[in-house]
Amino acid sequence: MTDAPIVPDFSGPDCPAPNAAPAQRKLVIICSKGNLDMAYPGLILGSAALGEGIETHLFFTFWGFDMITKGRMDDLKFTMLGNTAMHLTQAPGMPIPAMLGTLPGMTKMATKMMQKQIADLEIPTVPEMLEQIHEMGGHMWACRMSFDMMRLNEADLYEGVEAVISATDFMELSEGAQIIFI
Amino acid sequence: MPTTLIAGRPIDVNDEGFLVAYDQWDEKLGGELARLIGLELTDAHWAVIRFLRADYSLRSETATLRRASTVGGFPIKELFELFPGKPAKKMSYISGLPKPKGCV
Repeated sequence: MTDAPIVPDFSGPDCPAPNAAPAQRKLVIICSKGNLDMAYPGLILGSAALGEGIETHLFFTFWGFDMITKGRMDDLKFTMLGNTAMHLTQAPGMPIPAMLGTLPGMTKMATKMMQKQIADLEIPTVPEMLEQIHEMGGHMWACRMSFDMMRLNEADLYEGVEAVISATDFMELSEGAQIIFI
Repeated sequence: MPTTLIAGRPIDVNDEGFLVAYDQWDEKLGGELARLIGLELTDAHWAVIRFLRADYSLRSETATLRRASTVGGFPIKELFELFPGKPAKKMSYISGLPKPKGCV
């Protein structure tokens, strides 16, 4: 038995350990995909980082805009097409012919199935995840070029997005950060 | 697994220092755990801690921030104010529970 209590180390950017230089961990996640399955990695990692006291920024670009476009964010889809890692949970060994994915209604069905799997794990929907990240103090930014290309208005974007920024702004923002591209 | 002396009592902890035995905890110890990580507990902290303890006794799994917010009714912002920096870990430590396993 030790005399001094063993206490976990909770030091981090917001609360450095006594006598320690404050850690400056900063994370930037680039969300460039608009498929339901590709929206979650950034959202989950971002929320986990914030829970660890890490300064976290999400930068949405290209198809990632669907995640923050109000009219689309709750309607992201999952398609079997082009996905060789598609398996049925009920029969993981059974091959699924790629051609099946081209049949009308398949994307809708695959999306429904994935939404159910996500809900069964009590994982929030995409808009709920964004709301949570916002509440946790996460920063969200939209890419200027994609914004112009898609002819969007600021009113089309989720309110948690702080600004539409240029590639140069992004460079300033991401200085010293760890970057994850999704 | 180490045993450590907290508030004059031998307490079983894991290598990080989180308590491993649900029943070794009581509210007096919770107050001491909070003091060790530099927090003074108010009624608002206790409401969260009591929810976490009760929820763990039902599910044998520590509530994540999401669960504390949706099921416990504590807004996530408030949890960050009460347990700054790493709220989920601090909440579980003070409540004498393991770190939450869930991703969200």
